[in-house]
Amino acid sequence: MRRTKTTILAAALAATAGVAGAQEGIDDPTRGAYYEAFEGKTVAFLPVAMGIDLTEGWAAGMKEALEPLGVTIEIRDPNFNTAAGAQALTSLISEKPDAIVVHNPDVQSYARLLKKAQDAGIYVVQVNMRSAFSTDAFVGADYVGMGRQIGERLVEICSPDNGKSGKIAITQGVLTAAASIYQMKGINDVLQEHPEIQLVSNQAADWDATKAKNIAATVIQQHPDLCAITGFWDVMDVGTAAAIKESGKDVYLMTQGGGNQATCDAIESGQFDESVVYNVPGQARDISDMIKLLFQNEPEPGAMQTTLFTQLEFLTRDNMEPGSCWKLPGQ
Amino acid sequence: MRVFGRLSQEQIVFGLAVLLCIGFAAALPGFLTASNILNLVRSVSILGILGVAMGLVVIGRGIDLSLVALMAISVAWTLQLAVGGMPMGQALLLGLGFCLLVGLLNGFLIAYVEIPAIFATLAMGTAVYGFGRYFLFSLDIVYMPKDAVALEWLGQGTLFGVPAPIYMFALVSFLAFLFLRYTQSGRYVRAVGDNLLAARIAGVPARPIILLQYMISSVIGFLAGLVTAASVASMNVRVANSTLVYDVILVVVLGGIGLSGGKGGIRNVIVGTLLIGVLLNGMTIMDIQYTVQNVIKGAILLAAIVIDTILNPRDEQTAQQGDI
Repeated sequence: MRRTKTTILAAALAATAGVAGAQEGIDDPTRGAYYEAFEGKTVAFLPVAMGIDLTEGWAAGMKEALEPLGVTIEIRDPNFNTAAGAQALTSLISEKPDAIVVHNPDVQSYARLLKKAQDAGIYVVQVNMRSAFSTDAFVGADYVGMGRQIGERLVEICSPDNGKSGKIAITQGVLTAAASIYQMKGINDVLQEHPEIQLVSNQAADWDATKAKNIAATVIQQHPDLCAITGFWDVMDVGTAAAIKESGKDVYLMTQGGGNQATCDAIESGQFDESVVYNVPGQARDISDMIKLLFQNEPEPGAMQTTLFTQLEFLTRDNMEPGSCWKLPGQ
Repeated sequence: MRVFGRLSQEQIVFGLAVLLCIGFAAALPGFLTASNILNLVRSVSILGILGVAMGLVVIGRGIDLSLVALMAISVAWTLQLAVGGMPMGQALLLGLGFCLLVGLLNGFLIAYVEIPAIFATLAMGTAVYGFGRYFLFSLDIVYMPKDAVALEWLGQGTLFGVPAPIYMFALVSFLAFLFLRYTQSGRYVRAVGDNLLAARIAGVPARPIILLQYMISSVIGFLAGLVTAASVASMNVRVANSTLVYDVILVVVLGGIGLSGGKGGIRNVIVGTLLIGVLLNGMTIMDIQYTVQNVIKGAILLAAIVIDTILNPRDEQTAQQGDI
């Protein structure tokens, strides 16, 4: 009898102890492995140039996501010099960081070097502008699709069915940039289906606002009934906006970019009518997540190729909200 | 051939510009309208203002490769200060002061340390750009503060239907013309450019004149920067890495100001600027592809120089040491 009592007591005590243990919490079994996967790793970031909202935004986002995990982020800034960029990539291959995040100036220049980097056992994530060579991951806008969407939007706005002239103009950046080539494909696909829309000017302005302004001023003066201009970068299209304002004409300006606060300010003040936004903080998160995935699973570099197209947002004054755009630290 | 032989490069380039004008006017409806001509001149007036600055330096037998970098950095800094809450007047003064300082430094390196102008200003341009990007601001593009209406007029305003940048170009050209023609320092600049040693022997304070010439070019550059910033409501410092500075030299040389110094005047700059303006405007109207535009531009410029070399051949008397 006594024995049974003792057993029951012991069992009760043990049960209470178990409850107490649950209150103290138990360890997440994946935690240790998670943190271990990042400890002491290095990620190199090779943008086209620092100092522009896109690249500063990606760098800030990656630092925020990866540095607390013990990942070192190194930035190499070739400052719009493709040769310097290729050199930086070459030296990175011999330094062997664990991953390289690369922002291609055009589709060809880095292609062979990216293959070399992968063969050397480095993960390569491409951002926003694709190279001809596909690597572990691409994070960025689907430019062909984006071109299609922009084309359709222009048809919608400028169609003679809606009483408009059907005349549109395009201001590209640099003709060989991925953003230009792929988008033109998309826009042309749409325009071919719509012969009522007339492309009166298709010029490149070298991503420069002053050149964009001069081109727009001439085109508007030559085609006073121009319906819309679409430019390939908001920073450059500030110039186009100034030309439209000076002409006093009602030309619809559709731009695109990373959705920095400057864009929202320009939409608010009426400089831009619409902007196609690929959200930069969202892209930074996609890049960081791809890196986390690669570091944890450690596949053979190049073994799996993932494409993450960024969702696009068509911002106008009507659908814009206070939080629609993002700011850099200190902006 | 005799008659042609007397044509100067300036006249040849002016003739080319007129020919192109006639051609475009015949072929392109809407080219020869008042509004397009105004638009044409407006689009090259910043290039022209910079051309005047470069022209003054080149007449003094120098060259200022830091012109565009300094313009970009000083104006961007001014805007950055104004956006940060500093009164516009004060920000402008600081920007101007920065320009004067760099101009002085350029002149000092060239006149007293005796570094060739091409190297001194090339290095200075890079240094100024790097300094600005690292210490003064972090982003390549600085936007105008919203309340700078008066400044915005410089780039976007009109007076009697004529855009403000054209007035600025005219004003700078006129002042530079007066300086070269009627002031003592202006005549000294030409003397120093023509023959430094002879000028010095004749009692011209050659070194202070060189200082002056680089400071003037910096200030005109600052003004050109303000017009640029005002016309697109922002300053993109990346222009410092572009080919703009070579376009400026092109305008100067094309107009007929020899790189060997001492020759030419402000009229040459205006003629060179107009030819470029007519070309760019006509090609944009025709919607010629950008890369093809560059080929055409290059070909016409080469043609102008070849015609000049044939009509005005160089000989021992006209060729000078230091001619590039």
